[in-house]
Amino acid sequence: METVSADVAIVGAGGAGLRAALALAEAAPKLRIALISKVYPMRSHTCAAEGGAAGVIKPGDSLAQHFEDTVGGGDWLCDQDAVEYFIGEAPKELLQLERWGCPWSREPDGSVAVRPFGGMKRMRTWFAADKSGFHILHTLFQTSLKYSSIRRFDEYYVTDLLVEDGRCRGLTAIEMRSGQMRRFDAAAVILAGGGAGRMFPFTTNGAIKTGDAMALAYRAGVALKDMEFVQYHPTGLPSTGTLLTEACRGEGGVLLNKNGRRFLQDYGMGPETPLGHPVLKTMELGPRDRVSQAFWHEQRKGNALPTRWGDAMLLDMRHLGEKTINERLPLVRDMSISYMGVDPVRDPVPVRPVVHYMMGGIHTDTQAATPLAGLFAAGECACVSINGANRLGSNSLTELLVFGRRAALSAIEFVEENQARPVSATLAEHAQGRIRELMQRTGGAETVAGLRREMMRIMEEHAGIYRNGEGLAAACARLGELRRRYRNLELHDRTNVYNTDLLQALELGAMLDCAEAVVQSAAARKESRGAHQRLDFPERDDRNFLRHTLALHAADGPPRIGYRDVVITRSQPGVRDYSGAHA
Amino acid sequence: MIQLEVLRYNPETDQEPRFQRYEVPFRDDWVVLDALNHVKEELDPTLSYRWSCHMAVCGSCGMMINGEPKLACKAFLRNYPGVIRVEPLRHFPVERDLVTVIDDFVAKLARVKPWLVPKEAPGAGEYRQTPAQLKRYKQFSLCINCMLCYAACPEYGLIPEYLGPAAIALAHRWNRDSRDAGRESRQDEIAAKEGAWECTFVGACSDVCPEHVDPAGAIQQVKIESTIDWYQAHLTPWLKNEK
Repeated sequence: METVSADVAIVGAGGAGLRAALALAEAAPKLRIALISKVYPMRSHTCAAEGGAAGVIKPGDSLAQHFEDTVGGGDWLCDQDAVEYFIGEAPKELLQLERWGCPWSREPDGSVAVRPFGGMKRMRTWFAADKSGFHILHTLFQTSLKYSSIRRFDEYYVTDLLVEDGRCRGLTAIEMRSGQMRRFDAAAVILAGGGAGRMFPFTTNGAIKTGDAMALAYRAGVALKDMEFVQYHPTGLPSTGTLLTEACRGEGGVLLNKNGRRFLQDYGMGPETPLGHPVLKTMELGPRDRVSQAFWHEQRKGNALPTRWGDAMLLDMRHLGEKTINERLPLVRDMSISYMGVDPVRDPVPVRPVVHYMMGGIHTDTQAATPLAGLFAAGECACVSINGANRLGSNSLTELLVFGRRAALSAIEFVEENQARPVSATLAEHAQGRIRELMQRTGGAETVAGLRREMMRIMEEHAGIYRNGEGLAAACARLGELRRRYRNLELHDRTNVYNTDLLQALELGAMLDCAEAVVQSAAARKESRGAHQRLDFPERDDRNFLRHTLALHAADGPPRIGYRDVVITRSQPGVRDYSGAHA
Repeated sequence: MIQLEVLRYNPETDQEPRFQRYEVPFRDDWVVLDALNHVKEELDPTLSYRWSCHMAVCGSCGMMINGEPKLACKAFLRNYPGVIRVEPLRHFPVERDLVTVIDDFVAKLARVKPWLVPKEAPGAGEYRQTPAQLKRYKQFSLCINCMLCYAACPEYGLIPEYLGPAAIALAHRWNRDSRDAGRESRQDEIAAKEGAWECTFVGACSDVCPEHVDPAGAIQQVKIESTIDWYQAHLTPWLKNEK
């Protein structure tokens, strides 16, 4: 097997992976970096993030306030030492991007502009119109071209981490173009492979978001943390699930039920604020979990608007005017017209909650290190955790910068202290054998599309905005069954070059692992907190569940569930108040 | 139902490309990508193509649709009466089916130095940049690298060495950024023969651009600015540094 030797291998070349690569190239120019991604960097899903990135910069704002918003927004499941580090680094990272040329939107005096975002008490979301993630990604990617120490392996799918003597020593990956497997020897590996929203049928996530990096770590024995916390973004287009950014509401858009009522006032987020004058941290600027849950209740009351794609609510932006919409929300207008046939300048746009983000992920500490020596993780695939039970919009773009860099610095330290040593060839051969067996298997009764459809149905039915014990138990059983049936999968395509039948089979395997971790963690958490709402346990239970869930992979069965204490430094669990009455 | 006629080519098993017909349901809210996904899931798992975001921002799903370069995620079935013919993007080697090899562009992009060469050392805060200064380059920064412009460009088809619309537009994006001082270092590439001067101003690149970047406009601006450079260098050399 052809082998590539690197000092640090990075899996994933979206925002977190590119930021890590840049930090490595700048801080340790002699290190050989292998940046490995299943897509070209500019295709990474960071490009689809719209609204912006949070970081304290303006007078009147404070790190303490960003801390409080984030921890309360996360329903006190965030590790507060991690949040502390995150908010402190946030402005530096956003400034760094500015110095790399990111086209942030500006104030008339030339300073960087900020906009309001849900759950944030101050305006602190830096933005580039409504293509913030796109500009961040392309700025990072283009800047990365400057460094010859960053060697890219575009369109390589990583299949296994190579772990020997308790240390991650490299990985194996399939080069899509040739179908050949390559071995990467690396003194340190950084996982930055993004989320897993594609476990669900209705999601803002691109096709590539299949939990690959999470599954890699999980199978290598690293716990997946807090996987039950799946964020629904309140405003996706009902037809395609396409995201309409929270900035629509930040700029002053309002949510209406079919009777034209701004219904959020009926769910603890009132009183109603004046049209066109959004008030921070209340009504339409409440947090995503609360707004999505409010829609669920409206739906049950019969107040949702029926559309040919199912129930919806209305996002009304007409009062913003054409000029503001064109300047601040051009993509939103384009998407609404293209995929819904509705021009937000003229009509309210039907929207509904849609799976958007995984708060949970690979268990890391504040240094972005996993418990497995030599393995680090950052971005959506990781769980540090700064997002707790519910992420605030615009914290994740910042997170991938802050912890992408942090992972790189930790990897440098690790590489300096630990000599690289090639792994024994048998590990890589074993990985190759697994793929070969899948390619050659005959007589299997299952197909990728069939199993994937069943998985999505289970997740939608039982792991949505509201859950209950009975449904989750059924989901655990059925996903366990799918795990077994997956071994009976037969490919239709046995050729080597750009074989997407094989690619999708591997992605499905990753998603099945993640999905089982989600439902098993959710079944075990008998309380309601943030984005995890149990109809049978409607209250938050700090006595028993102010803890992180850890799902550990078991070779031949469901994950073992364990717990870990939340780090609390200065904010004791309290009431999340998004009424207009809050101070 | 509608007919989808898709170019198939697998270098391992096919001597040459062929077309394969699929019958897929017609839905007025479906785009060609939805139809391809239907084929992949229901009819033929061996079909290969790239896609991800389904919202015209990742740039993965560029292909020829009835002979025109399009993003499959924005090409609605309802706009194509009759058989829809889907082929890989023109002017690129075919890797397999609808998947093309875009190494050439990626290498050219690196050559134009698409990164900020700072005009001044950064102070404590951000570089100031007014909305008017931002507007000077913003449009050119919207390129999603989807390669539709290369597929549309007759020059690129004839002269593969040509730097091409997206790479020049992106170089121009940095040149026009008020924070940047790297223009001179990019001139070697973009003002060279295989740079902007290769363009005969057909304008097809701007016509097909899904993000309205207007690479043709960028190329013309590069030509004008390079001409001014030449005149200043040769006729008024004493003004060279005061431009």
